[in-house]
Amino acid sequence: MPAIFKWLDRQIPKIAIAPSFAAALLFVYGFIAWTGYISLTTSRMFPRYDFEGLHQYERLFTNPRWMVALENLAVFGGLFILFCLLVGIVLAILLDQHIRAEGAIRTIILYPMALSFIVTGTAWKWILNPGLGIERVVQSWGFENFAFDWLVNPETAIYTVVIAGVWQSSGFVMALFLAGIRGFDQEIVKAAYMDGASLTRIYLSIILPSLRAVFLSAIVVLAHLAIKSFDLVIALTGGGPGYATDLPATFMYTMAFQRSELGNAAASAVIMLMTVMAIIVPYLYSELRKKGHG
Amino acid sequence: MADGHARLPGHGGSDLRAMLLRAVLYGLLGLFAFYYLLPLVVMISTSLKSLDEIRTGSLVSLPEAVTFDAWAKAWNSACVGVSCNGLKPYFMNSLLMVVPAVLISTLLGAINGYALTKWRFAGANMIFTLMLFGCFIPFQVILLPMARVLGLLGLAGSIYGLILVHVVYGLAFTTLFFRNFFVSVPDELVRAATIDGAGFFRIFFSIMLPMAVPIIVVTVIWQFTQIYNDFLFGVSFTVSGGVPVTVALNNLVATSTGVKEYNLDMAAAILTGMPTLLVYVVAGKYFIRGLSAGAVKG
Repeated sequence: MPAIFKWLDRQIPKIAIAPSFAAALLFVYGFIAWTGYISLTTSRMFPRYDFEGLHQYERLFTNPRWMVALENLAVFGGLFILFCLLVGIVLAILLDQHIRAEGAIRTIILYPMALSFIVTGTAWKWILNPGLGIERVVQSWGFENFAFDWLVNPETAIYTVVIAGVWQSSGFVMALFLAGIRGFDQEIVKAAYMDGASLTRIYLSIILPSLRAVFLSAIVVLAHLAIKSFDLVIALTGGGPGYATDLPATFMYTMAFQRSELGNAAASAVIMLMTVMAIIVPYLYSELRKKGHG
Repeated sequence: MADGHARLPGHGGSDLRAMLLRAVLYGLLGLFAFYYLLPLVVMISTSLKSLDEIRTGSLVSLPEAVTFDAWAKAWNSACVGVSCNGLKPYFMNSLLMVVPAVLISTLLGAINGYALTKWRFAGANMIFTLMLFGCFIPFQVILLPMARVLGLLGLAGSIYGLILVHVVYGLAFTTLFFRNFFVSVPDELVRAATIDGAGFFRIFFSIMLPMAVPIIVVTVIWQFTQIYNDFLFGVSFTVSGGVPVTVALNNLVATSTGVKEYNLDMAAAILTGMPTLLVYVVAGKYFIRGLSAGAVKG
């Protein structure tokens, strides 16, 4: 009998983790498999367990709305990553200059990440609204012809999503880079300084190039955020005007919960998953290999 | 940190030049601070104005006569869709959802992290890697089956359903946080306690949890912010009830009957943002730690 108790005792760690692991298997892997299968069927309002091959994907990529969503993701994602990096790095360098009240400024820069964009989007919508926001303020200063109607113009509305997105996430990039800059060897900085290098040169050609790993993590995280962006668009433009600011995440939601196009929604979700994986898997692989060697 | 940082002397430039540079530096930082604060200031100031003042005043002007009418209305009697009871009931929904979901996911994450690092069994690494994957998936890929399952379980449109969803998809993060913490705790502690006859849970509750207070704080704050701010799950799974406050706010702003009351929208937004804003102000340090631990990995 004691042998059995001993055996049981050794199984306790496994038993303790079993529910969580089972949940992951079912709710992550099982559900992905289910979505993958549904994307190969004719499902509309209700799931239908037949098989139709890649027809839903064909429909997806001949749907102009999906193509707009993909194009928007490319424009939004590209500009979002670029400007977050730019603003974040400039802020990190500025904050590295022995600023008084550095803590307070950091707090101000990072608070957007603690708030839901459904909350802050309400304010952005108002600021960017031509009749109420910036346009009206500048016009009231006497510049009668000033126009800033990006929010309601289908051609430019996606750029307002970029403005708000950068506002929300650039603080995170600042935090990453500030930590990287602070971790840089000060002896090297001093030596370069003695050799007559200017402060600008020191940052641009010595410190920043050494932060390749920080760049990589920042880009991966930002790309991941861009692909998942949903609240941002819903709160700011609702995907409009028309579907001019649709992103894959809002497209999938519309197909799944408003249009009752389960098969098509599943196909778009699978494409989203594959896009994320294409970015994350090589990154994680290289990270894990580095750790294995270090 | 800033103190250990070498201060660079001026490059033979005059004091005047150095002072000018500092002025430019602070000017730039001031502009950035304005950019980040603008939405918050606009939200607060507009919420305190009367509708008349909004019509005549401008975006950046401060309220002349401060009134909390819009706040009271947003809380008690604003219309969200067809029901006009304000945000109050939805706050209750969010609260009833957040508290259990945070507690359960944090406790399970702590047990997982402890079991994975201190009782390394065959396949522990494999299990961790498989669970970690949950941090990265875009949730769109699980929305449809989750909606089906919640329906089958009779949990569609209920707070219990949302608790389940947030626990299940929060586990990957909480396990990651605790695993990374416990991996640096010396194994000898566990070994010594085992020799003294303490079992798995005894060691967990009387040795590991008390040690893990800092990471518990980080995890609780991270999970609270994530779950409270969630919109995607809320809007997808609560068509028939149990609507959390973020979804209610979005509906309130979208409800357009008669005159648009911008002060009401802003007051509702401020009220909705208040809990996470307070947590950030009080415990920002821990929030940022969670951000770098959670966001770098996912």
